Amino acid sequence: MIDLLLVSILASVLALVALALIALLAGPPAGGFVYGASAAASAAVAALATLYLAAGAGTPLALVLPLGLPWLGAHLALDALSAWFLVVVGTVGAAAAVYGVGYGRHTDEPARVLPFFPIFLAAMALVVVAADAFTFLLSWETMSVASWMLVLANHREPGTTRAALVYIVMASLGTAALLLCFGVLAGFDGSYAFADMRADRPEGWLAGLAIALALAGAGSKAGLVPLHAWLPLAHPAAPSHVSALMSGVMTKVAIYGLVRVLFDLVGEVGWGWGAAVMLLGGISALLGVLYALMQHDLKVLLAYHTVENIGIIVAGLGLALSFKAAGLLPLAALALTAALFHVLNHGLFKGLLFLGAGNVHVATHEREMDDLGGLVHRMPATAALFLVGSIAISALPPFNGFASEWLTFQAILNGDRLPMWPLKFLVPVVGGLLALSAALAAACFVKAFGVTFLGRGRSGAAMRAGEVGPAMVWPLAALAGLCLAFGVVPTAAVALLSPVAAALAGAPFPTATDGISAAEWLFLIPLDPGRSSYSGLVVLALVAGVSYAGVLAIHRLASNRLRRAPAWDCGFPDASPRTQYTSSSFAQPIRRIFGSFVFRAREHVEMPEPGDFRPARFEVEIKDLAWAWLYAPVERLIAFASLHLNQLQHMTIRRYLSWMFGALIVLLSVVALVG
Amino acid sequence: MLRGLEFDIAHLFSSSVLILSFGLLYQRRLFGVLQIYALQALAVACAAAWQAYAQAYPQLYVTAAIALVFKAIVIPVAFHHIVLRLHIHREIETVVGVNMTLLFGVALVALSILLVLPMTTTSGNLTRENLALALSVLLLGLLMMISRRNAVSQVIGFLSLENGLILAAIGVKGMPFVVEMSVAFSVLVAFIVFGMFFFRIRERFDTLDVHYLEAFRGERH
Amino acid sequence: MLSFLLQLVQLLLVLLLAPLLTGFVRTLKARLVGRRGPSPAQPYRDLWRLLRKEAVVAENASWVFRSAPSLVFALSWLAAALVPTFALDLPLLRAADLIALVAILGSARFLQALAGMDVGTSFGGIGSSREMMIASLAEPAILLVIFTISLFIHSTMLPHIAGFVLAGEVGIRVSLGLALIALIMVAIAETGRIPVDNPATHLELTMVHEAMVLEYSGRHLALIEAGQMVRLLFFVSLIAAIFAPWGIAEASTAEGVGLVGIGLALYLGKVFAGGLLLALFETGIAKMRVFRVSEFLAGALLLSLLATIFLYVSQSL
Repeated sequence: MIDLLLVSILASVLALVALALIALLAGPPAGGFVYGASAAASAAVAALATLYLAAGAGTPLALVLPLGLPWLGAHLALDALSAWFLVVVGTVGAAAAVYGVGYGRHTDEPARVLPFFPIFLAAMALVVVAADAFTFLLSWETMSVASWMLVLANHREPGTTRAALVYIVMASLGTAALLLCFGVLAGFDGSYAFADMRADRPEGWLAGLAIALALAGAGSKAGLVPLHAWLPLAHPAAPSHVSALMSGVMTKVAIYGLVRVLFDLVGEVGWGWGAAVMLLGGISALLGVLYALMQHDLKVLLAYHTVENIGIIVAGLGLALSFKAAGLLPLAALALTAALFHVLNHGLFKGLLFLGAGNVHVATHEREMDDLGGLVHRMPATAALFLVGSIAISALPPFNGFASEWLTFQAILNGDRLPMWPLKFLVPVVGGLLALSAALAAACFVKAFGVTFLGRGRSGAAMRAGEVGPAMVWPLAALAGLCLAFGVVPTAAVALLSPVAAALAGAPFPTATDGISAAEWLFLIPLDPGRSSYSGLVVLALVAGVSYAGVLAIHRLASNRLRRAPAWDCGFPDASPRTQYTSSSFAQPIRRIFGSFVFRAREHVEMPEPGDFRPARFEVEIKDLAWAWLYAPVERLIAFASLHLNQLQHMTIRRYLSWMFGALIVLLSVVALVG
Repeated sequence: MLRGLEFDIAHLFSSSVLILSFGLLYQRRLFGVLQIYALQALAVACAAAWQAYAQAYPQLYVTAAIALVFKAIVIPVAFHHIVLRLHIHREIETVVGVNMTLLFGVALVALSILLVLPMTTTSGNLTRENLALALSVLLLGLLMMISRRNAVSQVIGFLSLENGLILAAIGVKGMPFVVEMSVAFSVLVAFIVFGMFFFRIRERFDTLDVHYLEAFRGERH
Repeated sequence: MLSFLLQLVQLLLVLLLAPLLTGFVRTLKARLVGRRGPSPAQPYRDLWRLLRKEAVVAENASWVFRSAPSLVFALSWLAAALVPTFALDLPLLRAADLIALVAILGSARFLQALAGMDVGTSFGGIGSSREMMIASLAEPAILLVIFTISLFIHSTMLPHIAGFVLAGEVGIRVSLGLALIALIMVAIAETGRIPVDNPATHLELTMVHEAMVLEYSGRHLALIEAGQMVRLLFFVSLIAAIFAPWGIAEASTAEGVGLVGIGLALYLGKVFAGGLLLALFETGIAKMRVFRVSEFLAGALLLSLLATIFLYVSQSL
């Protein structure tokens, strides 16, 4: 029965590939069918993986297909970790696909999107179940290329081609790093199957090299600082349902690669690496949210915010590595569970938010927040659902983002049990970074929701917008429902994750019971009931009950009269909508605090003399440091190399041949020397 | 974990010295800086007196008295007088932002703790902690000297650095009294020298912002 | 059963006490500057008057604006009801530890800031933007304070923390002192008191909270004002529960009823002592410029970080 599970999952993936072929042959008219069937296949994958996890995820299921390299075959396996990520891929994938049914009609060139969408989904699922390096890298590269094609779908929009170029360069570099990483893991004579790598784990500096390469390869895909700069270009450039997949799911697949290498294939990871990973995560979280706060394009803001959430996840992973290195296995399980729970949560609410941004785009053809406003009146359903996503991503109760951040903080609060001194100091610093980024995230989403949906419309497009069709609202509603469900009953996710923690951290999640609460699912109690406990359901019930009762009592006993009148605004009448706070003015205090250091923010004020009728001008210039320090040199290097390699194209036949001959001689001598 | 009242009170005093160092870094008003410096000297005096009692080493009472009279009273009052007489600008200009300075300060504290604790495993608890805190105070004093433009606050930075030295000296059992006397005198000398220095700068440039001094030397344009 | 009763008493107590605390501070401040000032019971009258008035809502206000006051009030009230004030054994306390309490207040602020932007006036925007700026520095500071406390007591559950301190296992701890100062600084910022914000002003350039709620009137305003009062009481109770829990009754058995009475009396004493200190502090200090607030809060943040470092040092010796 269990083998059947893996086969059914593969069948669903195969169905996705078949759908791509259908889309290629039938073209845009088959859009509804392709998206609908993709949704069904993704939902099936998610359901099967959930079933596997709920059954306790016994022995890993493995399968070798006679495909790919002849001596290797295609190894596929389903274990608890794969199953968890399949849940994420399937759930968000299904929502995005259903959304595509409605949204697909609004894309400019559906033929450029339709065939690659199912391929993209299938590739992500395959990465997660791959059990040898070749299959893994092939699927990884397919995922990259498919998403690259999807980014290029809007190629007529300015900036998209540049984004796609940066993306494909970074993706290739990342794949190269992963390729080298697997090379190191396999060793000189090793096999590329994961099972063989586990049997013969690298040690010493080789292990360190493998970790560094995995961090570079998977980290660049996930958007870890400083390798993140491609992400806010590429993710927003794609159509919105694809952006949701790229930000919500593809970055998680990259996290999967990281977890697979760090916790499974390498085995023993020194605490120094744990510290480095933790610090990288903390810095990513803070910088990601700070850059997000400075954005005025809704989708770019969401993309930068992905960097923040990846940072939170990676900080949790680093903490788990440190605990594991110190032999504190239950705490490692706690940190790992928190990180992986956040993987699901971020998939859910980031998917929701990107789809919401897609609705706004469809209704107004506008992504610039400073030209929006007041959409809550014209798109009430989208606004309400976007608000749910905003609260969830700001890590506020009773939604799911808070549950996983709470678990992360509980793990951080146990940092004093680590015996290493530098870690003792580092853990509170990372805790401070995460707390700062969580608070800034709330500011960021007050801005995103407030400027886009509240206030008065700042442009004609915003004033004329109308609600989108139900096919584009229901997937959001489903994701919002899941955000609430996992926030209210986080114990469900923790229970599903317990086999993962047991397999990778060496101990199950340290659930404690206080003996009093009859229902263990009601209270989330890690470690010890005297230490900490949380119940989203009780908080939700109390807040809902108290506010409802309060309103009823006031209406009954005091007054329920209501009058509509023009806004008071301290007596200032009929202000133009342009006097409202914009996204940049909202972020100005925070820019002032962090600006000169983090953003290299430069403000130019041009104030004409009294009597001069020129308008006053105010300009703000903000730079992403990663561009200045990392990408710009690489860009220059590539430009230099391409300029010089260009000359190779204009060589004579004789010179081509002599180059090839030289290469042959070099290779032969290498073989001679080594052999 | 429980080491009794003796440790707790010593810990309290020496930590107050350190926290007041942070106060110096935080404060932007010149008189505020002087007041905090006086408080810091008072805390040093209390720490010295407590060590004299705890170690039964009466010479330390003299150290406490010197700290109390000269540094908590005479120097701040004198500076107050100088500032008023010279009409020195009372808003302190910083080279880097206050937030960054404070952040850097906390990093320095962590650094000195990481340095001192592993190196002194054989000494007593009181000494180890005192040394760690004293090194932090010293580094913060240096930080204050380099992060301020105003000459008066640079001198205060120097003086608080010297408070760190005293803190280190009183923690070590049986530190010769001579050392402390010399430290105290060196401060007096430094005070006089800086006093002269102020008058000279002031006469020449009409300001105590050392920035102008650098420009005069051709370092800045 | 008794514990449920105590929980109910606690819920009502914080609600009824909060306006009195605010009124007490106002009267005291007036007296300190030589005015007669209103009676401490004035906030009750104000709230009742506002509740009975017709609510005037701006024409383009949405459901966010209208539903925010009751939710903000409910969240603040819930947070205040979850802090042990006079008895430890309250059934709801298990639903939220300190981190969750901070986050519950964060939810309230989130909704409040959104409501400020709903009408689309620049005052609302200015208030929301500054409120979120202050919060973004205050929240990490309070979390680091929690971190320090949890390192020391190994718990983030308030009853457990209060019980630990009550058991007298805490000596003079510099790190706890630092945490206390940091917590007070954060509390001042979070409750919008001088020097961060001025609760009495309507001068546009200096106000933060008032700008955000400028468009509210009638029962909506009453709920928001009540929420603000409850929030002040929350912070006073929180500081009392962590740093001065003496008198909180641990038992809820039959003979514990007398202890509960003592606990109640002591709690009232602590609240008014807190109010007195607040009034003295506010009278003696001037309001800061908005951009100095970041330095004030960064100071709190670094104090709490320093507290953590100190704690490690004294524990490692």
